[in-house]
Formats: sequence, C-alpha cells, structure tokens
Amino acid sequence: MTADPRGVLTGEHYLDGDHAAAEGALAAGCRFFAGYPITPSTEVAERISARFPKVGGIFVQMEDELGSMAAILGGAWAGAKSMTVTSGPGFSLMMENLGLGIMMEVPTVIVNVQRGGPSTGLPTLPGQADIMQARWGSHGDYEVIAVSPSSPQEAFDHTILAFNFSEKYRVPTLVMMDECVGHMTEKVVIPKPEDIEIVPRKWYQGEPQDYLPYAPDDDMIPWMVKAGDGSRFHTTGLTHDERGYPVMNADCQETCVGRLVDKIRSRIDEIVVLEEDEVDGADVVLVSYGISSRVAIPAVERARAEGMKVGSLRLVTVWPFPENRIRELAPKVKSFVIPEINYGQLYYELERCAGGKARTILVPHGGGWVHDAQDIFDAIKEGAE
Amino acid sequence: MADKVQPDPREDKPKYWRRPLDADTVKVPHGELHILVDRCKGCQFCVTYCPRDVLEMSEDFNTKGYHYPVAQNDPACVNCRLCEMLCPEFAIFCVEIKEEGTGK
Amino acid sequence: MKTKAPAAPDMSHPMEGLLRMDRIPHIWCPTCGLGTVVTAFAAALEKIEIPLDDVVVVSGIGCTGRVAGYIKVDSFHTTHGRAIPFATGLHLTNPKLKVVVISGDGDLISIGGNHFIHAARRNIDITVICVNNFIYAMTGGQVAPTTPLKANASTMPYGNYERPFNIPYLAESSGAVYVARWSALHVRRLTNAMAEAMVKPGFSVVEVISPCSTLYSRRNRLGTGLDLMKFYHDNCVIKHGAETRGLDIQFQDEIVVGKFVDIERPTYVESMNNWYGEVFGDEYEPYEGSVK
Repeated sequence: MTADPRGVLTGEHYLDGDHAAAEGALAAGCRFFAGYPITPSTEVAERISARFPKVGGIFVQMEDELGSMAAILGGAWAGAKSMTVTSGPGFSLMMENLGLGIMMEVPTVIVNVQRGGPSTGLPTLPGQADIMQARWGSHGDYEVIAVSPSSPQEAFDHTILAFNFSEKYRVPTLVMMDECVGHMTEKVVIPKPEDIEIVPRKWYQGEPQDYLPYAPDDDMIPWMVKAGDGSRFHTTGLTHDERGYPVMNADCQETCVGRLVDKIRSRIDEIVVLEEDEVDGADVVLVSYGISSRVAIPAVERARAEGMKVGSLRLVTVWPFPENRIRELAPKVKSFVIPEINYGQLYYELERCAGGKARTILVPHGGGWVHDAQDIFDAIKEGAE
Repeated sequence: MADKVQPDPREDKPKYWRRPLDADTVKVPHGELHILVDRCKGCQFCVTYCPRDVLEMSEDFNTKGYHYPVAQNDPACVNCRLCEMLCPEFAIFCVEIKEEGTGK
Repeated sequence: MKTKAPAAPDMSHPMEGLLRMDRIPHIWCPTCGLGTVVTAFAAALEKIEIPLDDVVVVSGIGCTGRVAGYIKVDSFHTTHGRAIPFATGLHLTNPKLKVVVISGDGDLISIGGNHFIHAARRNIDITVICVNNFIYAMTGGQVAPTTPLKANASTMPYGNYERPFNIPYLAESSGAVYVARWSALHVRRLTNAMAEAMVKPGFSVVEVISPCSTLYSRRNRLGTGLDLMKFYHDNCVIKHGAETRGLDIQFQDEIVVGKFVDIERPTYVESMNNWYGEVFGDEYEPYEGSVK
C-alpha cells in the first residue's frame, strides 16, 4: 500500500537529519509518538509535536525514556504505528522495554541519534558507539533489525524503511543515526504519497474467538490484532505459548524464543540491504555505515586514483550483519577496512565473518568528530599490501 | 401475627421488635448454595463472614487436601452472596430460589 | 442437621464468563486477597455494563501483576513499573478503550512511582487499582515503599525504619480526580468504588488493602490472611472525604478507608482538544483516536 497523503510533505526541502526523520515517520503513517528530550535527538520530537495535531496523530512527552518505550508499545497494541527517539543515555534506559517489545513482537521504531559516550559523554558531537548495544543491549536472546542513514535524505528514507521492516517482521526496528547526520542540513526530496511504499500491519483476518496471538504463519510471523477488536487476547513478557499464556519450561522457551531469533536469522538475505561499488575483483573492501561511509569517499577515490583496487560495501542495514556476503568475499580479497566512530564494534563482526581468510583493519575514532579521510586512506593503503 | 411473618429458622421467635408496616409485601429471599469443592483452598472467608452462619468447614478434605465449606443450615441462606464475593477461588456461589423451584 | 450443598454440574460460577478458565486455579496462596479483588473487579465490570471488548487490563510484575492473566479481556502483562505508561499509550491511541491498570504497591509506587505521579498530573483517563499488601510478595517478602514502620520484611530483617508512602495523599497531590481506599473485606464497597472509578473521566485510583498471608503476615507473625481480614474488620474506619494527608497507615493500627477525592478536571485529551481548538480555531479536528 502507499502512504497516507495527510502525513506526506511532498516537495524539495532543506532539512536536517532529525527533521527529515520526523517527516519520514509521518510519511510512513506514524501517528503515536512518546518521547523524552535528549540532545541531539530532541528536534525529532519537537517537529513531531508541531506536525501531529494537524495530521491526526498524538504526541506525548513522557516523564522519562522508560515511560516512552512502554508507551509506544501500548500505542502499537492499540493499532497505531508508533515511534520514539533518543540518544545514548536514553537508549540504555529503553533496553528493558525494548526486550518487552521484542518478546511481545510489537512493530515499532526507535531512533537513536548517537552521540559521544559512554555515560553523558559528548551530547552535541557524533559517535557510532551504540552499534553493539543496538544488537545486544537488552538481556536475553533475540534478533533486531537496525538501519544506519548517512544523510538527511536517508534519514527520511530509512525511517520509512524501518517502519516497513518493523511491520513485516513484527520486531522493534532501530534507526541508528548519529549527531552529525542528525544536525546536518541538506536537500531532502519527499516524493508523492503514491510513490512511497508502505508495508501494512499483518492484521488477523479470522474470527475473534479463534485468535491465537503467537501462532506463527508460514513466514514465522504471527498475525496481529489491536486492543478492542474483540479477540480478548493476553500477552506477556514471560515466555509464552501460542495463546500468549506464560509457560515456564525449556520446551516453551525453545519454541517461543527460538522463533524470535529464527524469524530474522533465517531470512538474513531478505533483510540485509547493502550498497556495493566495485567490490568484485577488489583487493581491499571498505566496509562502512552511517556518516563514516561518506567521510571515506575521498579516501576510496584517492586510493583508486593511485591504482589500488578498492571496493566499497556500505551497510544500510547494520543488523542483522551481512554475514553471508562477508564470508563470500573474504577468500577473494586481501583485506577489509572498517572505519567506525568507536574503538571497534562492528569490526568484531567483520573479523568473525572474515574467518581469518582476509585481514580486517579497523580505523577507530573515539568520537566527538568524524574521521580524517587521511587515516582511512592510510588504512586502505596498508590493506592493499 | 406470627404466621404472617417469616420465621427465622435459627430462632424460636421472630427477630423484629415491632412488625414492619410492609412486612406482607417484602419477601425474604433464599439462596441455594453451590460449592465447587475442589477449587477451595480452605481460607474460611465465607464461613467467617456469612451473616447467617449458614456454613461451616467440613471434616473431610478435598482433592487438594483442604477442608472446604459445607452448608450446616441451608434454609437460613438469604442469597446475600457475600460468600460469592469474598471467595478468592471462585469456589462458592448462590442462586436465588424462586417460588416455583430452583432459580436460574 | 448438616447438609452438603448440592454441587450442580450444569451450573458454573457466575464469574466464569469473565475468567480465563483454562488458567484456573490461579497461582495465589490460600487466604490471599487477590482472588477477592478479581471477583470485585468482575462485579464492577458487570455493574457499569460496559462492552467487554472495550475493556483492557494492564498489569506489571508481582503477585498482583498476575491479575491480567486471569481476566478474559484484552490484557497485557508488562514490565515492572511500566504498566501505567503502557496503558497511557493504549489510551491515547484509542481513547474509547476502557483501560484499567491493576498492579501492586511496589510495582506502581516504587519502580513505577514516576509514571504514577505524571499520569495523575496529566489526568490521563485510566483507572488504577493499586493492591496494597505492604510488601514485595512475589520475590519473597522484601520491604516496599508502603511497608509500615516497625514491620518486618526480608530486607528489613530487624524491622522497617523507612517512612512509607501514603498512597491516597500521593495520588491526590499529584492530581488524581478520584481517590478511594477499601480493604479486600469491604468487597461490595470496593466493587462500587471500582465501578465509580472506571466510569469517572480522568485518573482514578482505588487502593485495596489486601492480605498477604505467606509473606507480610507470616513474617510479622500476624496469622493467616483470614486473621488479617479480621484485623481489617476490627480496625478499618470509614471516613469519606477525610483529608488524605492524614491517611498514613501505622503497623497494626487503624486503617482509614473510604472515598476521599472525587473532583472534576479536564482529562489529558480534553485539555489538548480544548487548547488546540483555541489555538487553531475551526481548522482543528478534535482528536478522538489515531486509529480508525
């Protein structure tokens, strides 16, 4: 289906990443937002609070991030597309209820505009150091989907992509922006509503009294209802069976949690979105995401100009990690180079998947600024030897 | 006078110190007790708070090993349903006995 | 003459339509007051004659938190302390739902305290039934922010020295429009209070003093839940309209019950619609829910 015209601000705009993400949410059909101010994500909430009264949505500034995360789960169960935004410290607070959203299989979107960390860190400066937390931050076993925009235009596009993933896989989806993209102002083109593809919620079509909240369909995703539909369902954060009732034993854990993991893991190749450039035949493949991928562009171009065979593999989806593609490339290349604004996070995934068949070179950065392209170039040069 | 007023089965004489003016119009309801014996966990809320002392705890045990309530004075039940409201186990309820037969 | 009351197999308990019978018997201890609270709630639902499809129960974690799993309406068993914001999300997205939070004193007032006071401040139109057993029962009897001074708990093994909250005072001062306190023994008045609270627009709180035999009562050598009920019988004093600031509960002392607050204040959605109506004029479409 296509976007509801009421929320689509078609046209060419000059927006920063935060504002573009807000417009992306509106275009995707988000009509419930609960958030808490935190630099550098606050502008998303501010814009939504201004736009929602005019498009029939409801905005509430909650008392804290814990409440925000719980509220968006409730909003989704009442039938709305819901979203919250935060940054590092708030992201940590949201972890428990992110787990609840995963366990209850709630479609919702969380935008993390990453900043320097840990703790209060650098509130107004970029970082990419929450990437591992996006995957492992909540307790227990699960899989999430996370996307990483590198420009305000992508902040718009990837927010819509995140909503679509969340509905298709019934999983909270993360938009891992960073302060640089969030506060960078660029041209953003918002298409017409009929040109925006929206994945609708997987609504249950049967008789209310026969509804089983967690009976999976062939695609391992259960059908969803909303509160008030008459199915009188129960759902819980405890390990549960198909009826949504808690069942406390290892068999149920395997069925329940095993499916939460498998529904994503078995479909990695469907979910992963990559942008590849001259990867085939390359000696060095630069793996990057978010703002670092743009910072790396001049480094890659200069390396190519000097005769090195450099390919570029940009991760649009950072989770699930493109394991299969890396495993496929590793025997064919000399090395992978990964610039990240952290001291090594996706680097470990890359090294794991390369399996020793290629070198993996990290270009770390503590945060607070973007890389110096020279450092990335030096790493590429090292990788080409 | 005594034959007009419904006699209280627990006592030899009627309870009223004077006969109410509408005594002929008011019918004291009576209830039929239903006890789901195997749900009971022996809390004794019903026995303790029945205003008509209809219940007492049995001497036997149910399948869970608890003593359960039994009616020791069925006719005294006025269908107040306090036992039904207080029971934490949904194990006891009353049904009003209509004049024609068992109420539904 | 001793007669066993006839067990009529064709007659089921009148509440069974409202219970998830496939999960009965419930997990609560003998002489626990929670089953009584569930019965009162079911009776209250019948009393207000609301279509059950519109009722949503949200609970947190704890013994009271299990209530959501036994009532046959759309129900959510959420994380510790977060029932109120979860309910806020449900309500604001679809204000036609009758959202009731049923959770315990530790869940709502301790970890959930921040959400409690803000939802009261905002006057979110939900009903909160706070079952107060003065202890964290599910986890084994730790001190709660409602445990009276001197009472014993597993993390106050020499007796509690922390001053407890007075829930009606907290609710009133945060902005709740309906505040009542009853015990599990006052079952009919409790039912009426729940019914009134659900019908009342705005943030309504009903505190239920409930016996906990296995933890609170046992640790404090107070007998069983039945003994606690007898205590409520002898020591609860009904004072409708009493000043909430004076409703502190001391250990094994008088408990004041009644309806204390029943005022009118615009709800969150009403305030929003009124304000935006003023600010935007005729072009504003009053918000009635974001899902058709």
